[in-house]
Amino acid sequence: MPESLTYPFPPAESIFHPSPTLSALQKSEPIARFSTADGRTGWVVTRYQDVRTVLVDPRFSRAEASNPELNLPDTGLGQATTGSILGLDPPEHTRLRRLVAGAFTARRVEALRPRAAEIVGELIDALTALPQPVDLVEHFSLPLPVQVICELLGVPAEDRHVFHGWSDAVLGDVTTDPARIAGAFAALDAYFRKLIAAKREQPADDLMTALIEARDERDRLSEDELVRLCQTVLVAGHETTANMINMFLLTLHENPEQLNRLLTQPETIPQAVEELMRFVQLGEGSGLVRVTTEEVELAGVRIPAGSAVVPLMTVANRDPQLFDDPDTLDVTRSAGAHLGFGAGVHHCLGAQLARMELQEALRGLLARLPGLRVDVPVAELRFKNGMIVRSLHELPVRW
Amino acid sequence: MTSWRVEVTPDCIASGVCLALAGDDFALGDDGRTHPLREVTEEREAVLDAAASCPMEAILLTDATTGEPVDF
Ligand code: HEM
Ligand code: HEM
Ligand code: SF4
Repeated sequence: MPESLTYPFPPAESIFHPSPTLSALQKSEPIARFSTADGRTGWVVTRYQDVRTVLVDPRFSRAEASNPELNLPDTGLGQATTGSILGLDPPEHTRLRRLVAGAFTARRVEALRPRAAEIVGELIDALTALPQPVDLVEHFSLPLPVQVICELLGVPAEDRHVFHGWSDAVLGDVTTDPARIAGAFAALDAYFRKLIAAKREQPADDLMTALIEARDERDRLSEDELVRLCQTVLVAGHETTANMINMFLLTLHENPEQLNRLLTQPETIPQAVEELMRFVQLGEGSGLVRVTTEEVELAGVRIPAGSAVVPLMTVANRDPQLFDDPDTLDVTRSAGAHLGFGAGVHHCLGAQLARMELQEALRGLLARLPGLRVDVPVAELRFKNGMIVRSLHELPVRW
Repeated sequence: MTSWRVEVTPDCIASGVCLALAGDDFALGDDGRTHPLREVTEEREAVLDAAASCPMEAILLTDATTGEPVDF
């Protein structure tokens, strides 16, 4: 019998690879039971095919994950997404998702590419005027996705700074006082209600105005849903992308021959972005929990109805069944099947947008600052405490 | 009852959105792309949901008799 697994799972030893305990499960116990200190239990899934099944098969529910009667293990994720699109099942989920899907298609995103490239250029102009070292988080990784999502949504640029505290509280430290998280949500709520009222008076050519029309003219969206949807898009879109940019750079510096390949062949950047998305361990090895709506047999293991099931996308992305030599970064491989954006109905709404931003960020940084290097040893990097997504306080760089 | 012709273009990125919404109508192929299980199907809400939710706009629906694109 394998040793019993407890949550929180054993931490990774390196920011570049999954926790060895979790990787080992892929071989020894692909559907593994875990328990929490207070005796609640769940299942953790690590193989690519099984993780995909958990994400795609409707018998694994996100809505049930916030059902208080199930006494689920508290993996720190439950309440956060309650009532958001990420906490709904079809058909409620489908109605909301269809309303926004059109704004995030590959075609729509391509139209935004020139503007994103322009923002990249402006940010690099501004940061190269500063004395070195410069904090890349403050001057590039965070402002890029924030500016893009604010323009898409129609949030005034002046208000951008107010989001940082909120998203830190919301996407942030699982040990944060729940009252602080609730306070952050309330503030964000009030902000959006005010903004929506202003846009009703003065419609604009942006996503928020389009959503307001769906609410006012076709009554397909309630006021609460409208507010929540705007918040979710804003919150989900920047901490993830910003830290992906940071992790991309750190990963490329650990793999100089791969970095060199990109410097000399920038046309391969889109393919490299997929491999980096596969390789980078953005999360620390938790995942948004699903709950079985009936008994399910997964890879020969019978999981009872009402069980918590945690799909580990970051571990699945290192499954040798799908990717040869999975722990090696190889920007020339075809890594498009990775689960970095999830799969199934909750497949990242912003996936095409994030891809485009990541491509433009790399293209701009490599072309303009080919000598860019991180100014502190990896071991000294400070990640935000207890953070869900690996989130850096700062990333000092020189060039 | 109208019949639809269902096609998935090579733009498919295997997001699995349609597989989750309409598992009786689509399946992932060995080529890593999704394919319709039937070329022609009776009109169905689930297929419409899938086509409207596809991030790549890769699911094409046309009226099987007239060849007109289906609105969603
Ligand atoms: C590199 C950056 C990003 C990564 C790695 C990422 C990753 C993910 C993942 C893995 C999921 C699925 C979670 C699950 O099923 O458990 C997801 C969902 C989501 N993402 Fe992203 N994301 C990124 C950027 C964005 C951006 C830029 C947006 C902004 C529009 C966004 C909006 C969303 C939303 C709204 C959902 C929930 C979708 C739903 O429930 O239908 N994400 N993302
Ligand atoms: C509106 C609220 C939220 C949205 C839209 C959202 C969205 C997302 C997305 C897109 C991901 C995928 C990132 C990735 O794993 O690559 C994610 C992961 C995660 N989120 Fe959230 N999130 C929200 C709030 C929260 C809150 C409040 C918490 C915890 C207190 C939380 C905990 C987590 C955890 C633990 C992961 C897994 C990271 C991993 O892959 O290991 N989320 N969330
Ligand atoms: S929703 Fe579109 S991109 Fe996703 S699997 Fe289906 S056809 Fe492919």
